[in-house]
Amino acid sequence: MMQWLLVGAIVVCTACGDLLQSHGMRRGGARWKVPLSVVFLAGSFFSFTQLLRIADLSFAVPATAASLVLETLLARVVLKEHVDWRRWGGAALAAAGVALLAL
Amino acid sequence: MNARAYWHTAGVILLNAAGNFALTVGMKRAPAAAGPVFALLQPFAAAGVVLLIAWMLLRLRLLQIADLSFVLPVTAVGYILNAAVGAALLGEHVTLTRWAGAFLITGGAALTSMTPARSGRKQEQRETAGTGREEGEPR
Repeated sequence: MMQWLLVGAIVVCTACGDLLQSHGMRRGGARWKVPLSVVFLAGSFFSFTQLLRIADLSFAVPATAASLVLETLLARVVLKEHVDWRRWGGAALAAAGVALLAL
Repeated sequence: MNARAYWHTAGVILLNAAGNFALTVGMKRAPAAAGPVFALLQPFAAAGVVLLIAWMLLRLRLLQIADLSFVLPVTAVGYILNAAVGAALLGEHVTLTRWAGAFLITGGAALTSMTPARSGRKQEQRETAGTGREEGEPR
């Protein structure tokens, strides 16, 4: 249970960090978002180190790929990016892969 | 793609696996009382952090000399390599479903990287039209 909570923290922190970084670096984006993204990415790293304490490496690294799913969703909803079927397919494959890790 | 790019790619993949391996050993050996920061002072954990910093810098260098659409699928092999390192060097029991998961994730990353790096955003269409407001910003 604890390991999935840490995976969740990694996924949320990574997604927020990347989203803020992407938004902050774009034309017209608010620059304050870039330093804030570093805070989230640091949170993601420390959560990852805690996950490595209690979980296998062969679980921890693939499980963090769940961030790909949330980031694709946020890119579509928040950044209004055009997400074509291959990106949705890639995210779906990653989601399926993470689901297999849970078995 | 020249030989330099291939060497950089191999370095990126190996540094990631080596960094994660050292970090795993370090975090497992760190005293339970050590917090998330002090645990990183454990020699293996510190070595892992150094290797992962080197990985990040080498990856940036690779992105200077190779296309992102080349870098992403190739480095996604790291998901499988990390599972292999766990099985071979850390004695982890990697089940068939876990292997399948790692391969699916690598396939997903590869499929994502087949798309254009920059998509036409609605925000840019608005800017072209002269409205100027950043999409996603509060009104």
